[in-house]
Amino acid sequence: MTDKVLLDYGSGGKASQRLIGELFLKHFDNPELRRMNDGAVLSVSGKIAVSTDTFTVDPMFFPGGDIGQLAVHGTVNDVAMMGAVPKYLTCGFLIEEGLPMADLERVVTSLGAAARAAGVWVVTGDTKVVPKGAADKLFINTTGIGEVIVDPAPAGDRAMPGDAILISGTLGDHGLAILSTRQGLSFETPVLSDCASLNHAIEALLRNLPDVHVLRDPTRGGLATTLNEIALASNVSCDLEEDLIPVRPEVRGGCSLLGLDPLYLANEGKFLCIVPEADAEAALKIMRADPLCAGAKRIGAVAALERPGQSGRVVLKTGLGGRRLLGMLEGEQLPRIC
Amino acid sequence: MSLEILDQFHDPALCKSVLDRLNETLTGPLRFMEVCGTHTVAIFRSGLRSILPKEIIHLSGPGCPVCVTHEAEINAFLDLAEKPGVIVATFGDLMRVPGSRGRTLKAAQADGARVRVVYSPPDAIKLAAENPDAKVVFLGVGFETTAPGVAASLKMAKAQGVANYRVLSFHKLVPPALTALLSDVAPAPGQGIDAFIMPGHVTAIIGIEPYRPVVERFGKAAAVAGFEPLDILQALLFLAECQRDKTPRLANLYRRVVRDEGNAKARAVMAEVFTTADALWRGLGLIPGSGLEIGDAYAAFDAKRDFGIEIQDCPPLPGCKCGEVLKGRLAPNLCPLFGKACTPAKPVGPCMVSTEGSCAAYYKYQVD
Repeated sequence: MTDKVLLDYGSGGKASQRLIGELFLKHFDNPELRRMNDGAVLSVSGKIAVSTDTFTVDPMFFPGGDIGQLAVHGTVNDVAMMGAVPKYLTCGFLIEEGLPMADLERVVTSLGAAARAAGVWVVTGDTKVVPKGAADKLFINTTGIGEVIVDPAPAGDRAMPGDAILISGTLGDHGLAILSTRQGLSFETPVLSDCASLNHAIEALLRNLPDVHVLRDPTRGGLATTLNEIALASNVSCDLEEDLIPVRPEVRGGCSLLGLDPLYLANEGKFLCIVPEADAEAALKIMRADPLCAGAKRIGAVAALERPGQSGRVVLKTGLGGRRLLGMLEGEQLPRIC
Repeated sequence: MSLEILDQFHDPALCKSVLDRLNETLTGPLRFMEVCGTHTVAIFRSGLRSILPKEIIHLSGPGCPVCVTHEAEINAFLDLAEKPGVIVATFGDLMRVPGSRGRTLKAAQADGARVRVVYSPPDAIKLAAENPDAKVVFLGVGFETTAPGVAASLKMAKAQGVANYRVLSFHKLVPPALTALLSDVAPAPGQGIDAFIMPGHVTAIIGIEPYRPVVERFGKAAAVAGFEPLDILQALLFLAECQRDKTPRLANLYRRVVRDEGNAKARAVMAEVFTTADALWRGLGLIPGSGLEIGDAYAAFDAKRDFGIEIQDCPPLPGCKCGEVLKGRLAPNLCPLFGKACTPAKPVGPCMVSTEGSCAAYYKYQVD
């Protein structure tokens, strides 16, 4: 293969075949993909959960991860949050002409390894190469399919007054890792992305505690945005205690420097879990048994709204004992002037 | 400064003890104004506002650089961004600020204007060096805190011969705005400003002397403070003591960062590059001697001269009470537009625009 990706590789001809055989099949190998059909025929039982996501990240390789593994983690996590065990992935690559082949191979290798670790098969895929300038390096779309293992499944509108709010670990790591790399900033303690597939931890949780009310991964918009969505959908107040919310000191420091709030930064390897109060301790114990969730903590509780007609909201009890709203952002967080 | 030391400045027990002393010291209502967007946000974000004694009334003054950037100035930014051969370099918080026609830099960028968010003026010089075919214009907005860095970038551009770097300077100065605020028509009884918390970062540059008239001519106590809850509580305690003793005083309570005499080097760089001029402030109008223009020695880098930019006042926004809010005469939620016609998603007035604006902070953080 050439050392740069050429338009030929997306032509459907021999070059495409070489790319598929020598790269994708090599790293994604499984019996279904090996049949090299136009699509995949799959067996599933009961209800299925489906989720799709398209990945574009600048830079493609960042401290703690890359776009390849992110394309697995993101979709696997979305399927798992539906109360499902992810089984299969489809994978579409949109490549800008001229991308170094070594970069593509590094991404594909990483994607394959992440899929194996998560226990999912990449069963069908697609490759397009577009002329230089028509896309930025590499976009990846993945669609995940999983078997739902609980009924009713966790959902954003099931938070009930009295429920406990749990988080699987520290917040803001991924967002700050990306932003600081993009800006060429480095900190004394390097900040790594937390990107990881959480499906094994979720499965353990659901098999032991089927009555989990809400599961969400606080990706873009962070914890604050995700909890606001839940509060609105469930028509409740999510009351958090600032002192209990885990944020690494280096992330707190970096955020303070850039004028950012870690509670609004993206996470790619954390989940939020809302359970009946009676199940809270058991849930934390199960979560902490998984190395990815060793820092799981209870951060607050769900309460009824104070007034009829009020819309769902998130209230933060600060370290000083004051109270303030933790609202939704209008758009992306922008570093401040002074 | 290490994070551990900073932690002490929001230690709940220490804060509680100052809060108790504050309660004992208060002799009546204390209407204090802070003049710094970072203070505005710190007071809301820390939850301090919800635990302060009822007698303490928090007013946010014209201390948010984005908020006080006039619509006409934003229009000038937009006009520049849409010129061919121009790349506009800006701090991120200007991206969403609407000009008088409701248009923002973010919208201009989506329409193809070349707008780049930078973290510091040297980033803009780098951008200029990388794009020799374009003129890279840095949008100079901010107070005495930001101006020295921009001045230094002009010196750097001159020394390095980066001929395509420009600055459009709409920098503003805090002390003339305070004088304008206090010289304005007398407020109704019980509606004025009793005391000030002065901006920590600005004072680190200008020193404390420029605030002397606030105390001696206008009789208002003033404390320079940092941004942690304990900093703010100690400043309030000082202001309450001044009120109890009926002797307005000036204090620097942010000595870990601010020297009384300020930073002479930074001021010298500013003086070398800029000259003072009259400036338009959103909500406050024209304030004499409150702006910074690029002086003759750096005329070649002045976007105003290069592009023939002139700023003209435009009529205030109908219904918007930001002028009253910035003067401390109206609480944000009492403006008829607040939360209805004017929200962070669709801001009408300057105080709702910036994340550090008082209306935006009120909308975002206030529980009740």
